[in-house]
Amino acid sequence: MDIQDNHFAFFGMPERFALDTAALDRAYREVQSQVHPDRFARAGATEQRVALQWATRANEAYRVLREPLKRAIYLCTLRGEDPADERDTRMAGPFLMQQLAWREALDEARDRHDSAAIAGLDAELDAMRDRLQGEVEAALDRDGDAKLASERVRRWMFVERFGEDVASAARSATASAH
Amino acid sequence: MALLQISEPGMAPAPHQRRLAVGIDLGTTNSLVAAVRNGVAGVLPDEDGRVLLPSAVRYREDGTASIGHDALARRGDDPRNTIVSVKRLMGRGRDEVAVDRGDAWRYEFVETTDSNQIRFVTAAGVRTPVEVSAEILATLRQRAEDTLGDDLVGAVITVPAYFDDAQRQATKDAAQLAGINVLRLLNEPTAAAVAYGLDHGIEGVYAVYDLGGGTFDVSILRLTKGVFEVLATGGDTALGGDDFDARLARLALQIAGVTDAMLDDAEHARLAAHARRAKEELSDASIVDVAFEASGVHRHAAVSRDAFVAATDDLVARTLQAAERGLHDAHLAVTDIAGVVMVGGATRMPHVRAAVERFFGRPPLIDLDPDRVVALGAAMQADALAGNRAPGSGDWLLLDVIPLSLGVETMGGLAEKIIARNSTIPVARGQEFTTFKDGQTAMAIHVVQGERELVSDCRSLARFELRGIPPMTAGAARIRVTYQVDADGLLSISARETTSNVEASIIVKPSYGLGDEEVARMLKDSFGAADSDMRVRALREQQVEAARIVEATEAALAADAALLDEPQITRMRCQIDAVRKVANSDDHDAIKDAVDALAHGTEKFAELRMDASVRRALAGKRLDEIA
Repeated sequence: MDIQDNHFAFFGMPERFALDTAALDRAYREVQSQVHPDRFARAGATEQRVALQWATRANEAYRVLREPLKRAIYLCTLRGEDPADERDTRMAGPFLMQQLAWREALDEARDRHDSAAIAGLDAELDAMRDRLQGEVEAALDRDGDAKLASERVRRWMFVERFGEDVASAARSATASAH
Repeated sequence: MALLQISEPGMAPAPHQRRLAVGIDLGTTNSLVAAVRNGVAGVLPDEDGRVLLPSAVRYREDGTASIGHDALARRGDDPRNTIVSVKRLMGRGRDEVAVDRGDAWRYEFVETTDSNQIRFVTAAGVRTPVEVSAEILATLRQRAEDTLGDDLVGAVITVPAYFDDAQRQATKDAAQLAGINVLRLLNEPTAAAVAYGLDHGIEGVYAVYDLGGGTFDVSILRLTKGVFEVLATGGDTALGGDDFDARLARLALQIAGVTDAMLDDAEHARLAAHARRAKEELSDASIVDVAFEASGVHRHAAVSRDAFVAATDDLVARTLQAAERGLHDAHLAVTDIAGVVMVGGATRMPHVRAAVERFFGRPPLIDLDPDRVVALGAAMQADALAGNRAPGSGDWLLLDVIPLSLGVETMGGLAEKIIARNSTIPVARGQEFTTFKDGQTAMAIHVVQGERELVSDCRSLARFELRGIPPMTAGAARIRVTYQVDADGLLSISARETTSNVEASIIVKPSYGLGDEEVARMLKDSFGAADSDMRVRALREQQVEAARIVEATEAALAADAALLDEPQITRMRCQIDAVRKVANSDDHDAIKDAVDALAHGTEKFAELRMDASVRRALAGKRLDEIA
């Protein structure tokens, strides 16, 4: 491993979507135990600067790998696809229809302060998230199809963003119920 | 038994060469200093056996200041020259204080046009909050040096987790003025977690509820095998025991039928002191009598605990909202929390404890003194940072977070988030800009901190002016700006034009607080304008730095010379000798040149060593574990 390596190599992890998160946590702590600036509080300026760079690098790599969606986006990028590219708006028609239906359902539930409907929507999103995650994993780790993975990741990103709207609607619905 | 005794740079001290380092809790109401002696952390009392130093400074006409108990005792008859609760003014602007405290601040301020910095008019002249805090820190440093019998190599100074960049920088400036080498700015709840975690050997997810004299923090931490990982932090740097005192004073005035305007400054200061005592008494009594004077007439009011609780309910509710947001940010529920640690004198109020117990569904941990626990944790961390712990004797690691998001101003006064709150520090992010005019060589970046979308709703931190961009046609330059937050939670930025690889120079204009030049001037002033004293100190610091880099490089070579080839080792030894030759001379520039050459010469080596140590760690073959 090297500071220039990709995030997986940096922690000595295999470059796959399916990840042993306990092993990642351990590797992260091992690395930080070696490189954190607190280990160099009395060292020279050069070592302190190097420690700052490495600890920063370790935090960044960990932040990306720890979260499944960020990890998926990152892996797609490593394989030459960029799911976050806003110019690329390709998305299958049925999923666009699904998005519209969800948005409508949320608007209605919000207007009625219908906590149950909002919770139902939330559960639906959870199921979709699980399904997409499974499809991304298969596309990346089994089929080596980065293009398909990237398209599914884009859907996943929508589910994530929309999930935040649903969560905030759920909070205000609970607040107004009190 | 260890097969090899490996010295990390600056880590393993020679026997009998213990480096004295202390933890300082610079509080709103009280400050204290603690140190690890014979392996045990303890607070250091003054010569009268008192541990808490009231954070009060009184300026006299002859230019001197009294600090602590003496200052506080005179506050009642000299309120304008006796500065208390200065922590609430650190790194803040005059306009913010008016909003924050209404008419509660009765000092005389100088109105300034420049950096929106607060300045008090005192009998001894104009003073800034940084200088007032420096007086408190210098008193504690002196106490530590007298008690421990030697100079300090440095201190860990605690700050509220929710302090923003300007407030942290102001604290560091104050330490510098007080002649203290800051080993680390440590978040107060994290310090408390260290004290509890090491003392009780606890594991799991804990919440730290820290209600101090003037600030409130709540941090959620995960403790795993000596790693203290902050998951989220929340709080309010303008909410603390002071506010409960103020409510109680207001209640007493109401009950006695007296308006605020009937009290002069001195009467106000005395009522504030009585209110604080009454608050403390209400922890045991159900009703107290508050006596005070208004326009020279004796008055008193009977304040019941129920009335006090009702008058402060909203303050308690605000702390619980922050706790709720902390949990939300950590993606956790109340049921995930294994325990709640209470920190800060204000958590002694029974209704605060009861509210925390209700919220978390379990009685909070209160067995370590809430006034001392932060200083004790800071002392443990200072001892570790100074390198006093033997290798392998149970090291721990603190992974803290940035409390508020950092952003930059974009078109239309919007704040674009660069670094999200609760990111683990150190953290860096890059951003790319281009020029919009032909031949443009400068640009400005406005950095703000806060969660709101409009720049005007966030706190302005600083304006950075980038200069020295190579002139090109509009849109051709690629300026990569890097925002780096270090382990103290302090921001720095650097910029580089990537097509020409030219580093831009940066001029920082802090929105609040002191600029570097002003700190340098104050430092100089503190030496009675004697230029020679300043030079002696600078020389001494350079000599210490020379000794330190020689020691560190020798240790590094002893451990990892195998990473270098012969000519590299020879070159490094030459550079070490060059430093040694001048290290004890009085030629400041010669020492600096030799030290800089050695520092530069060891850069690659430092990277190789870091790389090697990470490899060893990941391979699970740390040499000091081979027994």
